[in-house]
Amino acid sequence: MSLLEKDVVVKKATREGFGDEIVELGKKNKDIYVVDIDIGKSCKTTKFMKDLPKQHVNVGIAEQNGAGLAAGLATTGKIPFISTYAVFGSLRMAEQIRQEVCYPNLNVKIACSHGGLTPANDGGSHQAIEDMGVLRSFPNMKVVMGADYHSTRKLVAQAAEIYGPVYLRFTRDNIPVIYDENEEFTIGKAKQIKDGSDIAIIANGDTVYLGLEAAKQLEKEGISVKLLDMHTIKPLDREAVVECLNIGKIITVEDHNIINGLGSAVSEVVAEEGKGIVRRIGIQDRFGESAPYEKLLELNGITIENIVSTAKELLK
Amino acid sequence: MRNTSIEELKQKAIELRQTALTMIYEAQSGHPGGSFSAADVVSALYFKEMNIDPANPKWEDRDRFVLSKGHVCPIQYSALALLGYVPYETIHTLRQYGSPFQGHPDMKKCPGIDISTGSLGQGLSTAVGMALAGKRDEKDYRVFAILGDGECQEGQIWEAAQTAVKYELDNLVVFVDDNGLQIDGTTEEIMPNQDLEKKFAAFGFETKRIDGHNMDEIAATLDSIRGKKNGKPTCIVYDALKGKGVSFMENVVEWHGMAPNEEQYNQAMAELAGGLK
Repeated sequence: MSLLEKDVVVKKATREGFGDEIVELGKKNKDIYVVDIDIGKSCKTTKFMKDLPKQHVNVGIAEQNGAGLAAGLATTGKIPFISTYAVFGSLRMAEQIRQEVCYPNLNVKIACSHGGLTPANDGGSHQAIEDMGVLRSFPNMKVVMGADYHSTRKLVAQAAEIYGPVYLRFTRDNIPVIYDENEEFTIGKAKQIKDGSDIAIIANGDTVYLGLEAAKQLEKEGISVKLLDMHTIKPLDREAVVECLNIGKIITVEDHNIINGLGSAVSEVVAEEGKGIVRRIGIQDRFGESAPYEKLLELNGITIENIVSTAKELLK
Repeated sequence: MRNTSIEELKQKAIELRQTALTMIYEAQSGHPGGSFSAADVVSALYFKEMNIDPANPKWEDRDRFVLSKGHVCPIQYSALALLGYVPYETIHTLRQYGSPFQGHPDMKKCPGIDISTGSLGQGLSTAVGMALAGKRDEKDYRVFAILGDGECQEGQIWEAAQTAVKYELDNLVVFVDDNGLQIDGTTEEIMPNQDLEKKFAAFGFETKRIDGHNMDEIAATLDSIRGKKNGKPTCIVYDALKGKGVSFMENVVEWHGMAPNEEQYNQAMAELAGGLK
């Protein structure tokens, strides 16, 4: 059954996917560590802490030290997952990640909940809108966000398998479960949900679902949509973007500032190729505020309706 | 640990300074002042105390060394060159393209560097991570870190300190190079550190203050903490003189990051050849 025919009803936060998967990984590999920065309850690492105390560290409210400590662990062969909120994991510890993780290319994973607008009622201070952009500019860093619970689990497992720094971003709030649990994902390789010939929609994270719903509507109106889940924005699957250039009209959708996230990464490829046109749907370079998650998306035009109308505008 | 005599350690400390100065002179760039203030402790660690194998720099049971004040790497590079981690001739390549001796320590480029450093305030956290891994893996290795007094102005140092105490890292030995100078002036003028020994003690470390240029005292202190298993990390604050060993460099803030000219280099090498005053 195609994802387009599936009725999505179950919702789950992708931070739960991380919390569930990391316990499984830790049981299989004693070198997997979690470095908590006090907010384990919120980041869903309490089961790991309980089941695998010898592989768990909690540094308290001290992100910078958490990052440095993880680097030290990694020099001895451990595979630490630093667990915190995206706003802290990408900014408070940004320099430590640069100097002590990326510069020496150590095997540290930065696993962050509260990505994008998903900590909706926490307000603008806690909504990480620039994190993926910051981290994609660090050499050696990979930047990944799964679109649902199942894909997040698969991507977390794969991050543990590959050597080197990976930034993993999760949602705080519940988002629809769109994939089957047996679906496979490869970091650095776009997931094509649907092929099409009139317009390409490239989305990631919690906006893949919006892309999916928009595709359903457009298909009903006879518009053929190619839909990609670009869970990895770095390394970007350049080939997949280039293939979209056969269509030539691309819409990117992300729960991130339109500056320096998925839309920017795709636009870089399109500009270098010298053909095609991109419309970026995402956070309009402004901070969030306390509001329902859907309201925040709406304020930024990150909606099914906007994707549909942007597609039609491009096809005029 | 090797049975190296005090006299030999003193001699190595002179060689370390001469080698470091030669590097900096040839590169016309680098940090002599803080290299010299740390030279005696570095000598005691590399030529006696640490369980290391220059032929096997990634030996998993080795003691680790973290130069948190990474800008004084010429003194560490000198130890690595004298011990044969790299060919001795590497000393002529400091800060040059392709050299393992980067401007600040780079573990990917230079054998014997356990962690890349250079951004102040970050080294102790990495040392804590290494020591914690050693504890969890029931290894006997120890982790030695040298911090600058100036970088103790960074909050992260204290985040790391409290973590070392929480996890009972008695396999961690932290030295603080208390030379009282930083780039813009004295630490007293720029940001007073108060009593660093008392600060580490308040965090829960076992502490001691020693003369960082008295090899007998350095060696005796290291003797006294060897094999310690009491659940407490150690902090040794050592009184030091920036530029120690060269009369015109001692306690002169400008020698933090300045290379000598030919005349200064020759005078400094001659003074060093006469031993520490």
